[in-house]
Amino acid sequence: MIGAMRPPSEATLDGRAFDLLCLTMTCVLGVHASHLPWWLVAGLALVLALRWWQRRRHGARPPALLKLPLLALLAVAVVFTYGTIFGQQPGSALAVGLLVLKLLESETPRDARVGVSFACFGLMAALLFDQGLVATFVVALGLLPALATLRALEPAQAPTNLPRALLPGLALLAAAVPLALLAFALVPRLSSPLWGAANSPEARTGLSDRMSPGNFTELLTDDRPAMRVSFDGPAPAPELRYFRAYVMWLYDGRTWEHADLRRADGQARPLETLEARATSRYEIDLEPTHRTVLPALDVPLTAPADAQLSADREVFSDKPVRESLHYTVRSALYYRLQASLPAGARELALRLPQGFNPRTHALAAQWRTRYGGDEQAIVRAALALFHDGGFRYTLAPAPLGRNAVDDFLFGTREGFCEHYASSFTVLMRAAGIPARVVTGYQGGYWNPLGNYLLVRQSDAHAWSEVWLEGRGWVRVDPTAAVRPERVSLGAAAAAGDQLGWTDSGWLASLRNRWDVVNHWWAQGVIGFDALRQRGLLTPFGIRDTGTAMLGMLLAIGTALFVAIGTGWALWRRERPEPLRQALRRLEARLARAGITRRRGEGPQHYLRRAARALPAQRAELEQLMNRYLELRYAHDEPVPELLKEFQRAVREFRPRRVVK
Amino acid sequence: MRDALRRLQELAERRLPALTRFRRPEPMPIELNRRRIYIVPTGFGIGFTVLLLVMLVGSLNYSNNAALLLTCLLGAAGAASMLIAFRALDGLALASVRAGQAVAGQPLALTLEFESTRPRSAIRVDLGDACQAFAIDASGKADVTLPLATHQRGWHPLPRVRVWTTWPLGLFRAWSWMHPEQSVLVWPRPESGGPPPRLPADEGLRPRLHHGEDLAALRDYRSGDPRKHIAWKASARLGQLLSKDFEQPESRPEWRLDWRELEGMDNEARIARLARWLGEAHAQGRRHSLWLPGQPIEAGSGPGHYARCMSALASLP
Repeated sequence: MIGAMRPPSEATLDGRAFDLLCLTMTCVLGVHASHLPWWLVAGLALVLALRWWQRRRHGARPPALLKLPLLALLAVAVVFTYGTIFGQQPGSALAVGLLVLKLLESETPRDARVGVSFACFGLMAALLFDQGLVATFVVALGLLPALATLRALEPAQAPTNLPRALLPGLALLAAAVPLALLAFALVPRLSSPLWGAANSPEARTGLSDRMSPGNFTELLTDDRPAMRVSFDGPAPAPELRYFRAYVMWLYDGRTWEHADLRRADGQARPLETLEARATSRYEIDLEPTHRTVLPALDVPLTAPADAQLSADREVFSDKPVRESLHYTVRSALYYRLQASLPAGARELALRLPQGFNPRTHALAAQWRTRYGGDEQAIVRAALALFHDGGFRYTLAPAPLGRNAVDDFLFGTREGFCEHYASSFTVLMRAAGIPARVVTGYQGGYWNPLGNYLLVRQSDAHAWSEVWLEGRGWVRVDPTAAVRPERVSLGAAAAAGDQLGWTDSGWLASLRNRWDVVNHWWAQGVIGFDALRQRGLLTPFGIRDTGTAMLGMLLAIGTALFVAIGTGWALWRRERPEPLRQALRRLEARLARAGITRRRGEGPQHYLRRAARALPAQRAELEQLMNRYLELRYAHDEPVPELLKEFQRAVREFRPRRVVK
Repeated sequence: MRDALRRLQELAERRLPALTRFRRPEPMPIELNRRRIYIVPTGFGIGFTVLLLVMLVGSLNYSNNAALLLTCLLGAAGAASMLIAFRALDGLALASVRAGQAVAGQPLALTLEFESTRPRSAIRVDLGDACQAFAIDASGKADVTLPLATHQRGWHPLPRVRVWTTWPLGLFRAWSWMHPEQSVLVWPRPESGGPPPRLPADEGLRPRLHHGEDLAALRDYRSGDPRKHIAWKASARLGQLLSKDFEQPESRPEWRLDWRELEGMDNEARIARLARWLGEAHAQGRRHSLWLPGQPIEAGSGPGHYARCMSALASLP
């Protein structure tokens, strides 16, 4: 019956919308670029750019024959790189690739909408790899072109330039922030995942449970935060800031290894006894490590919740730390650990591989004969050797051969904590003193703004413990003998001027502030887990906020925001036109006198009728009518004086019903 | 599927008068307000919600709070877009409707004049199957022209018009009905062929008139030609006097179209024939008069006269 006239935008995507769609895909590719192989990123970027250029230039669909080979190429590339297409890394690589390839066939608004939806998903997926403050903000900004694309799909709108097209999305997101925060705080968290937990990327993690020459190097140059520690009382002195992670007993001539050691009869070894003299209580925010070890200040008294204390007083969490973790521990600062050493442990603490490091053994034997039973003297002799023997602290030592300790002690004489700790422990064992290697973190940076100790990955450290009669396990840090600064200032300072520029005044303070913000983000956002959520209402006297309570709060809060939003939507800025308002008032008065304006009746006709019905006020009504007509039709804009006069006349007009 | 939906809609309108409350014809201006704007999610909106739920479950499962925050942000922005969709329609007013002219069977151009106190974008108007999008800029006015199908002559009340928008993100569709209380006049459809009108008897005797405004040709000067008709420049080139010959298009005889002369035909056939004659007269620029029962129209020509005659014809009972 009626000719169809669809707006043209239903048929094909216009240029602006396509540009924005390409920008959206570029954003998705950009936020994923850090964990995708570079050649995949480059290839996808090339496809994206070519497609953009091709549609802009020729405006046609690319041939369908092109899509299948590209798709196959993508699948092959992903399988080639990761070996599978399942899992977080290959899955996201595949998703990003598919998104970019989707552009090849995006020709209609429907395609664009589908593309934008999955782009939102792709943006979210990027946060699975890095949920830091900066990454989250960058990803949130990636939503802007996505929203702008959706907007550009709507027909009939005022033309704008590309940057301006992004602004309304920003305003919309800003308006959405309060509701988003409410939902974020109150959406009940899962206490256990519904399906398999994230498979962790092994790359760039912190301490390892093995120590072999050189594997600390990467760690010591990694400036990322490892944990932040805030103390209940005053912070312990810098020389006491040793955070114990792994205790290593086993040495095979090259690698020290942590192992779950059992007694000869297969029973777990009993916890080493501890006599504490001064204790400190503190809270640690640990960055994800994907391991179970929880560093604690030397030596922890008890394990925090959901964690166990090992026989060597290491703390192990029940689950690997995949998100940043908050825990509270109490530690002994001065202590006597394991006052009496069982025979089995003693044997283990003296064990050395056969046929390694003959010169070291000879040196140890020489000391043993010189000092006899004075084990402390032997320790002092070893430390004196490191201090005066021409040893150098460097993060880039020369490589060592098969007899690593011999090469180090009598050859290269350069290295960092793990070389010193390892060779010291071997020396002690060779001299008949029970000894073991402990790794963890040492030092840290005191942030005066946030009153916490920031421990970076570069603060990773290795030291030794020797067992002395009557004193138990005693911590000996041979690195300190070489470079005392390592203990008081940190690895970077000890390594000389390599990283020194970061310590210049304003830059350091900037870093402090930035780290406070990051800390706040890690604590308030990333670390806001089920446990913290349950304690959300503690300030209001509710100790445990259950799921039902959270749901109710969420409903109430949402209703509140809906009310505010509706109020905004209904609020009309415009005031009714004064002339029309005055006429309405006149109509209302006349209606009370029984003369109502009929539907569709013009003002002139209506007022004439009123004048006829109220003959006593005929002149007054006719004057009102003439004034109204003049105001309405004689000028484009009503003259203010005349308008005021008309309003006054209307105010003063009182219809008098004629009694017949 | 479409028909089933339409039947369902009609049933709903019958059974739920509250839904149809604002579908009675109303005098203009018709201003949209919160009582008559409805909002439903679009298909894309439902799909996007499913996607948000997947994102929510995913981020909760991986305890990824940054992703959860992003999901919440996107969801809240989507919810806020519903209010913006509402505001795109709230306060929009249909000020008037101008109807074009069309004979039955051809689409009639309806121009809807919308008014608003603030700029709006991406508002669409549906009239039957026709859809047109428009925006209102800072001037506060916008005209939208839509074709209205016609199939019978006479006065027809305007059908209701659906105003809707999916602004800004396409997640929600806000819509409302506007049913202006106005009728449009559809002219009768002329018959496809038939005899010409009977001409007055003295038709052939009229003299040809040669005085007119348009220059027709140059001819040799004849004594008695007015001096101002001499083409001086051309005469100087040729060395002999030439006169400009002016001509008026041949005036065709006036048609006196008369209802009474078409006896023996039914009303609609008479109207169709008269409509054809009127159309031919108008196309030829011929003066014509029209006699209809009760309303004789004097002779005249031009679009105004034609429209008057056709409208008179259209509004015959």
